[in-house]
Amino acid sequence: MSGYVGDVVALARKDLLLELRARDTLPAMLLFVVSTLVVFHFALPQGAGDDAAYGLLWVALVFTALLGLARAWVPEREHAALDGLVLATGDRSAIWLAKTVAALAFLGAAEVVALPAFAVLFAPLDAAAVLGVVLASVGICVVGTLASAMAAAGRGREVILPLLVLPLSIPLVVGGVGASVSSEPRTYVAFLCLYDAVFAILSWASFEYVVTE
Amino acid sequence: MIRAEEVEKRYGQRRALRPVSFALDRGGFLVVTGANGAGKTTLLRLLAGLAAPTRGALAVDASRDRLGYLGHEALVYGELSAVENLELFGRLYRVPERRERIGMLLERLGLWEARRERVSAYSRGMRQRLALCRVLLHDPELLVLDEPFTALDEEGADRLDEELRRLVGASTVVLATHDQDRVAGLSTGHLALVAS
Amino acid sequence: MPARITLPTLSVISVALMAAAVTMIFFVAPEDADQGISQKIFYFHVPIALTAYVLFGLGAWKALRVLWTRGERYDLESYTAIHQGTIFGALTLITGAIWAKASWGVWWTWSSNQLVLFLVLFLFYCAYFMLRFSVEAGPRRERISAVYALFGVALIPVSFLAIRLASDFIHPTVFTREGPQMTGTMFGAFCVAWAAIVVLALVMYSVELAGKRTDAHLRELREALGR
Repeated sequence: MSGYVGDVVALARKDLLLELRARDTLPAMLLFVVSTLVVFHFALPQGAGDDAAYGLLWVALVFTALLGLARAWVPEREHAALDGLVLATGDRSAIWLAKTVAALAFLGAAEVVALPAFAVLFAPLDAAAVLGVVLASVGICVVGTLASAMAAAGRGREVILPLLVLPLSIPLVVGGVGASVSSEPRTYVAFLCLYDAVFAILSWASFEYVVTE
Repeated sequence: MIRAEEVEKRYGQRRALRPVSFALDRGGFLVVTGANGAGKTTLLRLLAGLAAPTRGALAVDASRDRLGYLGHEALVYGELSAVENLELFGRLYRVPERRERIGMLLERLGLWEARRERVSAYSRGMRQRLALCRVLLHDPELLVLDEPFTALDEEGADRLDEELRRLVGASTVVLATHDQDRVAGLSTGHLALVAS
Repeated sequence: MPARITLPTLSVISVALMAAAVTMIFFVAPEDADQGISQKIFYFHVPIALTAYVLFGLGAWKALRVLWTRGERYDLESYTAIHQGTIFGALTLITGAIWAKASWGVWWTWSSNQLVLFLVLFLFYCAYFMLRFSVEAGPRRERISAVYALFGVALIPVSFLAIRLASDFIHPTVFTREGPQMTGTMFGAFCVAWAAIVVLALVMYSVELAGKRTDAHLRELREALGR
C-alpha cells in the first residue's frame, strides 16, 4: 500500500499494537461502561420508562469515549514521538486520521460489550438505534481526537478534554437518542451523517495547524 | 544551504532566541555553542522546521524528508521495539530497501542484539543511539543534532564520532554542544549564542 | 475597524443611540397587548443575540486569517471578538431569562430553541478560554485557538438543527413563543435598539482590542529598554 493510505494504515496499526501491549485503555473503557450502566439502574426512578434508559445509554457512551480519548495521545507524548511523526509525514492529517481510526476501534470494542449489556439490562435496541450508535461514535472520535491533541498541547491536559468535547457532542446525543426512540429515525440518522461529514472535513483539514507552528 | 538573517524567536513575552544571522554552505559542519537558555535548542528546532521564527528570514534548502533532527528527546515510541520504531519511520520517510537499511544502522550503532526489545527497557545511551538510527534512516542531506553526546555512553559516543566522520562533506551538519573539543576537528564553522 | 471614525466619536454615537433607543422603547413604542411591559426586553434580547452571532462570526473570520497568514494581530482580533461574543452571549441568556420570567413565570424554558442554542454556544466558548489559557503563548496557541473558533461557527448551524430535532421528543412545547407582531413604531424602536447595540458592540470591541494592543506594545518597549 503506498502513499497516504499506507501511512494511515501504518500509523493505525502502531496504535492498535501499542494498546495490545499496554492493555490499559480498553479494559478500563469496558469496565467503565458496564459499571456506569449498573449505576444507571439505581439512578433511574421506578417506572422511568425505556426512553429515559436510552438517554442514559448515550451519557454512558459519551463518557466512555472521553475516557479513551483522554489517553489517545499519551504514547506520542513520551519521548516527544509526535515531533518525530510531524517531521516524518508530509501530510499531517494522516496522523489524525490514523488516530481517529484507532480511537474508533477502541470505542467500537467497548460498544460491542455495552450494547448487548444495555439490551439485557434495560431495553432492546433496534437496527436504527445501533446505526445511530455507529454514526455518533464516528462523530465523537472525529472531533475528540482533534480536541485531545489540542488539550495535550496545554497544561490542563485531561481536565480540559471533556470541556472541549461535551458541547460538541450534544448534537450527537440528540441524533443518537432520536434514532433510538423516534418513530422516524431516518431524519436523525441523516443528521448524524451530516455532523460526521462536516466535522470530519473540518478536523481533517485543521489538524495540520494544531500540531505545527 | 542555510541562510539566517536576524532570526528571532519569542513565545509571547518570553524570548527564546536573540536575533542571529549566519550562513552555512552545503557540506559544511556548523557547531553551535552557548550556555543553557541561550537558545541552542530553539535555533535547532527552527532549522528543523518544528518552529517558525517570530522575526527575521530563515531559508533552509532541504526538504522535510531530506532533513534529520535529533533533539533532547528521542522521538520514538517506548512500547515498541527498535525494529518496529524504525520500520514505522522508514515507512513514513519512504526509505527504499527499508529492512536492509534498518539492519545496517542497528548494527553500526551497536543495537542489533537488542533490536527486538522494547525501547522502554533500554538505557538512556541505547535510546539515544536508536534516535540516531532514526535520524540517519532516510539518509538526510541536512542533519540537525541537539547535544547528541550528552545522553550517550562511551561506546555510543565513539560510534557517533564514526558516523560524523563518515558524514562530513557528504551531508551538512548543524550540531549544538557544550563540548566543543569533541568535534573541533570536524567543524568548519562556529556560532556562539548568548542568552537574552 | 474603520479608522476614519475615531473611538471617542464612536462612543458618543453609542451613548446617543442608546439614549434614543431607551426613549423609543419605553416612551414611544406602545405596550404589547398580551405581554405588557415585560415584552420591552425583547428589544434588547434579540439585537444582543444577533450581535453575539456576528461577533462569533467575526472571531472565526479573523481565525481564518490567523491560519492563512502568520499574524499575531489577527489572533488578538479573533480573541477579542470571541470574548465580546461570549459577553453578549451571556447577556442573551440573562435577558432571555428575564423575558421568560416576566412572560411565563419561569427563569428558564427549554422550549425556546434560541435560548438553548445560546446555552450550548456559551459552554463551547467558555471552553475556548479554558483551552487558550492552558497553552503557552506563541504561534501554537494562536493556531489552536483559531481552529477552535472555526469549530464554533460550524457548531452554530449544526446545533441549531439538533435542537430543532430534539424538540420533537425531548420536551413538548408547553409555552408557545410568540414572535411579536410589530407595528410601525415598534419596528422603528427595534431598529434603533439594534443600531444602538451594534455600535455598543463596536465600541466595546475597539476598546478591548486597543487595550490589548497597547499591552503588547508596552511589553515590546519594556524589553527593548531592558536590553
